[in-house]
Amino acid sequence: MRSSEKETPSATRLAGYRRPPPGTQPPHLHPPYVSSIKRAPTKPLIYLPHTISEVTGPVFGAESVDVKEFDLTKQHSGEPVGERIAISGRVIDADGRPIGETLIDIWQANAAGRYRHKIDQHDAPLDPNFAGVGHTLTDSQGRYRFVTVRPGAYPWKNHYNAWRPSHIHFSLFGPAFATRLVTQMYFPGDPLIPFDPVFNCTADEKARQGLISKFDWETTVPDGALGYRFDIVLNGREATPTELSGGRR
Amino acid sequence: MSLTPTTSQTVGPFFLIGFDRMCQQDVAPAGVSGERIEITGRVVDGDGLPVPDAVVEIWQANAHGRYAHPEDWQDKPLEPQFRGYGRCATDDEGRFHFTTIKPGRVAAPDGSLQAPHIAVSVFMRGLLIRLVTRIYFPDDPANGEDFALDLVAASRRATLIAKKVAGREGVLEWNVMLQGPDETVFFDC
Repeated sequence: MRSSEKETPSATRLAGYRRPPPGTQPPHLHPPYVSSIKRAPTKPLIYLPHTISEVTGPVFGAESVDVKEFDLTKQHSGEPVGERIAISGRVIDADGRPIGETLIDIWQANAAGRYRHKIDQHDAPLDPNFAGVGHTLTDSQGRYRFVTVRPGAYPWKNHYNAWRPSHIHFSLFGPAFATRLVTQMYFPGDPLIPFDPVFNCTADEKARQGLISKFDWETTVPDGALGYRFDIVLNGREATPTELSGGRR
Repeated sequence: MSLTPTTSQTVGPFFLIGFDRMCQQDVAPAGVSGERIEITGRVVDGDGLPVPDAVVEIWQANAHGRYAHPEDWQDKPLEPQFRGYGRCATDDEGRFHFTTIKPGRVAAPDGSLQAPHIAVSVFMRGLLIRLVTRIYFPDDPANGEDFALDLVAASRRATLIAKKVAGREGVLEWNVMLQGPDETVFFDC
């Protein structure tokens, strides 16, 4: 941290975060996703230069994590039903730098496509041995790993015969308010993906494809679980002002 | 060479199973210094209906104007018990509330100070990417010189400023209006 005797105007010492390229994040209004119509703002967003309020953010370390909670198949006395899978990947920034010791929360439906949530009325069985909730902290290289069961597809009311593809929700804070991300991970080869208005909300094809995990032998556990790889990229930093070289980071 | 940041997706209707663990409405435990406040409000959709499946997250400095974060370079005291993070899911009537302290002023980009404010993220079913906004405080003289409020048309600034609740000392009302004539100002962050 910098000492105060070198006080210079903060404008020269603050490196904000780069905004994602146009089209690579969803708009608020995406009419095929019907729930967005009454909930998307109608007026243009106002561009907010990043200040100290946006380059800082809540810090969650080891104290907020139970190390056992990366394995969603071991949270109950019995084993959950379903195809066991492992997910691994890295959390990095747009410059490829690892984001270490950062919190990841996940939640998902069970193998039958039912969430353990009071408003989920899908006529599929709950699994007494599966809560569908996990969390972990990345290691110093930004790596993480979860063990769970593959979530089932489930119907929803967006349009006639609408089904969500299998997906797992991911929530990350990253290092700053400006890096907060909530997303969903999908599975390769799922025939429902091309029809899903949530998946299709982002214009950029490559950005969309980044939400589909890849089957991965290295993550696969022999005699245990098929493995999928899912890397997560958070916003990168603007170039650090030269006055700061060797200073903050 | 720059990688494309992962694209955002909605939290969906069932986020609370994953978010519940980190819900925190009482942001300032006993012993934290500052003016005690309660912020209460509702999230309301384009039909004027409450949004019962939203979650509001806040991030704020302590009463001295210092963030509990390694990149806050300001020479101001930290308070070990104060993280400055809150999260509240809305109830069936779209309501949320936080108890906290009024934050101090923090550095502005031009070297001056920002008016006291709280950074806010809002997530909900139907929202593919979070909404970012700010809560400012009523009758604060610094509001008149705040660089972020100055980015906003005067006619819309009031949507960012909480209102005192008559007869309830320290209670402020601040709503998230997603559409309509009083649509809240949201930022591209």
